[in-house]
Amino acid sequence: MGQKLLMKGNEVIAEAAIRAGCRHYFGYPITPQTEIMHYMAKKLPKIGGVFVQAESEVAAINMVYGAASTGKRVLTSSSSPGISLKQEGISYIAGAQLPAVVVNIMRGGPGLGGIQPSQSDYFQATKGGGHGDYHMVVLAPASIQEMYELTVDAFNISDRYRIMTMILGDGVLGQMMEVVNFRDEEIIEHYDKSWATTGHGNKREHNMITSIHLDPAVLEQWNIGLQNKYKLISEKEQRYELYNCEDAEIILVAYGTVSRICKGVIKEAAEQGIRLGLIRPITLFPFPVDAIEKVIDIPKAFLTVEMSSGQMVDDVRLTINGRKPVYFTGRMGGMIPTVNNIMTKVMEIKEKHR
Amino acid sequence: MFPNEIIIAGFGGQGILSAGRLLAYAGMLEDKQVSFLPSYGPEMRGGTANCMVVISEREIASPVLNSCNALIVMNNPSLEKFESWVKPNGIIITDSSLVHKKVKRTDIKVFEIPATHLASERGNKTYSNIYLLGKLIKETGCVKPENFEKALYGILPEKRHSMIPEEMEVLKAGMEY
Repeated sequence: MGQKLLMKGNEVIAEAAIRAGCRHYFGYPITPQTEIMHYMAKKLPKIGGVFVQAESEVAAINMVYGAASTGKRVLTSSSSPGISLKQEGISYIAGAQLPAVVVNIMRGGPGLGGIQPSQSDYFQATKGGGHGDYHMVVLAPASIQEMYELTVDAFNISDRYRIMTMILGDGVLGQMMEVVNFRDEEIIEHYDKSWATTGHGNKREHNMITSIHLDPAVLEQWNIGLQNKYKLISEKEQRYELYNCEDAEIILVAYGTVSRICKGVIKEAAEQGIRLGLIRPITLFPFPVDAIEKVIDIPKAFLTVEMSSGQMVDDVRLTINGRKPVYFTGRMGGMIPTVNNIMTKVMEIKEKHR
Repeated sequence: MFPNEIIIAGFGGQGILSAGRLLAYAGMLEDKQVSFLPSYGPEMRGGTANCMVVISEREIASPVLNSCNALIVMNNPSLEKFESWVKPNGIIITDSSLVHKKVKRTDIKVFEIPATHLASERGNKTYSNIYLLGKLIKETGCVKPENFEKALYGILPEKRHSMIPEEMEVLKAGMEY
């Protein structure tokens, strides 16, 4: 039967993490994601879990590093400026090949910026905000139900590849409520964790978890291992939704909250006799190049819409590689693109490609 | 009138967000698609607060509204901000105890209810939002009153359940005002 509830996005992420077997949370409050912490603070101590409000985001991410080293499922969450503070730790966790989940409920930047929704951390999330040749898997939910399902998936993906997975949302998704249908039981995938540092009373060789390899030849091999892993993930884990793309004159590309607005645009355009489609990337890393390949021959042009100055549009252009024109429109600083904003751009493109 | 796109706006503390949440909850009980998007941040703490509620038979495209077919306003600034958002033939319901400006639009229906005054007369100012919701439910049919009652039981903490029969009386008074 499952359980049907009206819940806030942030709370759903926290509940989903618990359902996925996460019993460790370390974080520091920041709007608009603090409800994740609140929920964990209330729930985890009652079910034998550990909740720590750390003294800073830097401390919290290093607590995550520690807990992940023991092979336990662990979560941290923050919003844009706080995620910047965590970047060093994220790079170390990537270097040490540990599974962990981090949530970024984005707000407008740069700097302290504001607290309203934004998507301006796409580069940071997908290209590696910390140093070194690394990636996280980045999942971009667009509804409360998907925030639940993708959070559970995030823990499974992290364990499967020994990689950090990021849930990338924005203030709208964190704060809004929709109906969520919880399953009776979660699919929790179990993987070999004999690498974990768990204490063994000298009954086996020591496990070592580190990101330091001073011999460049060794470090290069280590990096080749990482790159092979990213390649495998790119082959196996791309996720996307294709919406209304058959016969579309223009195909929009948008993720998260903006993809929802684009669905409104598609409806409005249809009433005016304009056929629009939508590619909604669900994984931002790996970027769903397969989605674009599937529909590349259909439209006259692509239009990427973001709450940023244009970040994901780079990946769209790289994938299309000149085969079709690619346009961009967006809002910044916590402003949300309106249906009218997007329609204006659509009409402009339509005029150009008559 | 589907989907029902509703904006409720006023000051923090007037039960703006609770009103929206109750509608969304009642909509869920009717197996409709619902979304509830509250304003968040500094404006909530004593300043203006608003929420956007969508109740629909079909998948909801965007929870972020740029227009609506029903607007409840509980202060002057909210009327100024949102009056132009209401679609032609839509409705505006004002708490006329607090909103002294007149609605300028002539292509929509306007209902003025002195909700804060009526609530004070009943001895409980927190009922003001329920009067306005009563009128909204009557005019839009967005949810059934009996499901609104169930939403009250579902959302309010148990210690407040004893007030629900009176809140339902208030809702009916609002419907009939």
